[in-house]
Amino acid sequence: MIDTAPLLEMRGIVKSFPGVQALRGVNLTLHAGEVLALLGENGAGKSTLMKVLGGADHADQGGILIDGREIPFHSLKDSRSAGVAVIYQEFNLVPSLTASENLFLGHEITRGGFVARNQERRSATELFKRLGVEIEIDTPCRRLSTAQQQLVEIAKALAFDARIIVMDEPSATLTSYEVGRLFEIIRDLKRQGIGIIYISHRLDEIAAIADRVTVLRDGKNVGDRPIKQITRNEMIELMVGRDLKDEFPKRNSMIGATRLEATGLRRGRTVQNVSLTVRRGEILALTGLVGAGRTETVRLIFGADARDAGTIRLDGKELTIRSPKEAISLGIGLLTEDRKLQGLILKHSVRENFGLPNLTWLSHRGFVRQSRERRELDHYIGLLKIKVSNQEQISNHLSGGNQQKVVLSKWLARNCEVLIFDEPTRGIDVGAKYEIYLLMNELAAAGKAIIMISSEFPEVLGMADRILVMHEGRVTGEINDVRQATQEQIMQLAMS
Amino acid sequence: MKLTFPRFFADYGMVFVLLLLCAFFSAKTYKEQSPTGEAAAKDVAAAILEDFKNAPRVLIVTSEQPGDAAFSKKLERDLLASGVRILGIAKGEPKDAREALQKIVTASEKLEAIACTQVTGGWLLFSDLKTSFPALGEPKVITPKTYRWPDFLKSDNLLNIANQIAVIAIVAIGMTLVIITGGIDLSVGSLLALSAVLAAKFIRDFAGGMTATPMGMLLACVVSILLCGVVGLFSGLMITRFGIPPFIVTLAMMLVGSGLAYIIAKGQSIYQISDSFVWLGRGADFFELPNAVVLMLILYALAHILMSRMKQGRYLYAVGGNREAARLSGVPVQRVLMFAYIASALLAGLGGVIMASQLKSGSPTYGTMYELYVIAAVVVGGTSLSGGEGKMFGTLTGAFTIAVIQNGMNLTDVESYTQKVVLGLVILGAVLLDRNRHRA
Repeated sequence: MIDTAPLLEMRGIVKSFPGVQALRGVNLTLHAGEVLALLGENGAGKSTLMKVLGGADHADQGGILIDGREIPFHSLKDSRSAGVAVIYQEFNLVPSLTASENLFLGHEITRGGFVARNQERRSATELFKRLGVEIEIDTPCRRLSTAQQQLVEIAKALAFDARIIVMDEPSATLTSYEVGRLFEIIRDLKRQGIGIIYISHRLDEIAAIADRVTVLRDGKNVGDRPIKQITRNEMIELMVGRDLKDEFPKRNSMIGATRLEATGLRRGRTVQNVSLTVRRGEILALTGLVGAGRTETVRLIFGADARDAGTIRLDGKELTIRSPKEAISLGIGLLTEDRKLQGLILKHSVRENFGLPNLTWLSHRGFVRQSRERRELDHYIGLLKIKVSNQEQISNHLSGGNQQKVVLSKWLARNCEVLIFDEPTRGIDVGAKYEIYLLMNELAAAGKAIIMISSEFPEVLGMADRILVMHEGRVTGEINDVRQATQEQIMQLAMS
Repeated sequence: MKLTFPRFFADYGMVFVLLLLCAFFSAKTYKEQSPTGEAAAKDVAAAILEDFKNAPRVLIVTSEQPGDAAFSKKLERDLLASGVRILGIAKGEPKDAREALQKIVTASEKLEAIACTQVTGGWLLFSDLKTSFPALGEPKVITPKTYRWPDFLKSDNLLNIANQIAVIAIVAIGMTLVIITGGIDLSVGSLLALSAVLAAKFIRDFAGGMTATPMGMLLACVVSILLCGVVGLFSGLMITRFGIPPFIVTLAMMLVGSGLAYIIAKGQSIYQISDSFVWLGRGADFFELPNAVVLMLILYALAHILMSRMKQGRYLYAVGGNREAARLSGVPVQRVLMFAYIASALLAGLGGVIMASQLKSGSPTYGTMYELYVIAAVVVGGTSLSGGEGKMFGTLTGAFTIAVIQNGMNLTDVESYTQKVVLGLVILGAVLLDRNRHRA
């Protein structure tokens, strides 16, 4: 392998956008049958580099070599014919088309101008067999689970004989079990000589699956080492450029009286008789596998969905919450799991997003007090260290971590007494994660009641005062002594 | 915030386009103009007084064109005040002028000057006065001085544009609200007709018809507009409670509204209305601005304040930007949508009343295709059909752009079929310009 040219070599890639130099001469090599983990904080340039590789963006300078030969990368087509497949976080599947139709979308097998459906279906079956997965090929993709959709994406890559597959945060929405299956498939692809670029923030996964790590910071290479020669802490240090003593900040809990109490919550089959309490100054973690009904439960508390049964009490007083508006006016805030679809209005400015839940108190007789609004936002931009050029910046242009901070600022300004964080650190970089942990601790110290939904067990163990584990719409366990708890113990409860 | 040029151009691009169009049509219609009415009278009076120092004898000759009455009245007053002797005023055709001249000859008077309008000054009669009326002496024919100015920029024409666009522009306010929430309202054209018919019918049947009092007419208009609001309420309920797409709901209401208008009017135009009803549509009480235009400007100012300063405005943008995110931030999404559709229907109703007033009748044929012109005005003004973005003054600019193009083409004698083609292309061009803005 050593004397052959690498499968892929990217040399001195430079790319700038108006006002930002995203890549400043990045190099990357990938060998056949290798899994390369591409690491970096959000905004380090990983996504841009992969967009250049995928042909979605055109590099200002630098070259891309496949098998040692330089190849022009100007379009998606160029990239595809070079054998590159990029699987983005947001899948490129048409929800209404079947798995098999999606596989061949744009490259239909035709005979005499007609789509040869049976031949397509045979090839699809074969591809899924090669991946060792069972997916009903005639199911519309909207009915497939996230994990299954991801497999369709991988199969799509194989359908046109991709030799390089890029996976951007493939595990973000998968359960641990599904991640295990994914890794088996990745190992299988390796054996077939396919090179894989694996992007993830989950360092444990990288240690488990990658052969080599390339770390980017501020659009530059800062490290490239075999996985055996790097520790988890070294990876973090390379990414953030400083050493991080602890992933989770310490704190002394001061837990008070019961604040919010929900009993017997029900909604269809997703939430079945869930009860929970959270006290002042407490961080309650709600964990489990994806699809366990955690988000659905808190949406009932927040009034985002109607509940079939169940009572909610705040400080012992029963509430009739029927809409988020009512929940908010009672002092309950929900930071949604999906900030792009539910947390923010991406095409609107930071200020407009910030103001939204706060206009009720930021306005007088229907008129918004704009100078007050600007002052408040300035305060939170400083407090949360949100990196924005000005308040009118469009939120779509911010990095994931900064977007999450804007969402946070919205709810902090509302001064909610009960705050529900749904996957607050998903898809954001280590530095921003730490800041969000610190903030949650401060809120708890100020006597707020906090419910944190998280699928990352280390985070749950590191942050929570008490843990509630859910499985298939029911609470399957409660862990009061978090210090003695282990990931295995949570996993047991989550799978039972 | 620093405004760089491209950014500035992107934000105000449509205003530039509008100004360019105005400049283009001004250049195209630049030609010899002659004043009419009082302005012409002043001009002629000054010329006579300058040429003849001591009490000249003058004959005033006008035809029967609009403004000629004002011309002769003003001229007579000015000349008499300066001690000029007026030997006669001829109105009408050359033969009337000939008679007047004959009378002067019969009275054995001499004549120093003949004051004419631009038109009468050109009559053949005056070109050989020496031979046909030698007894008059040598009277000088005086006409108003001509000057060069574009037809397009004459104040009459500009007011005309504003007046023509007032109805569309007012209805477009409501459409902008609806489109900003991510919806569409196809029913405005029909509601316009419905409201015009209702107002005309109420005035004819209940408020006294030809002798209706202002109070009665006001009441008739308010009730008609409110009834349109009820239709908007119904559309809003269908959209919010039953989740039917706005396109379908308002398409249905477009048919229902139009049908109702025909039924109520029995397929006819209702015109038995008091003359004073035209006050709203044709009157001009403030600085010679038509009342409809004044009303339009007030409504735009209010809508601008709503969208930029008020909570409700922010909610409208939020609902269109991302409905779920807005709901989870505590925005009462359904109430906001109801507001938009009711406002749109009320404004369509108001548009109908103004149109009925302009035309002094109510007919179910009013407002045909108006929904499309209104949507065009909104889109040309830079509001995105996907919702969450757009500016009120953009819509006003859009409405004016469309009006200026139509008016300019009328002035330059482009036939109406070609006008449609051009207008269609302009709408496409405007949206392209807007797309570029979003890329930038």
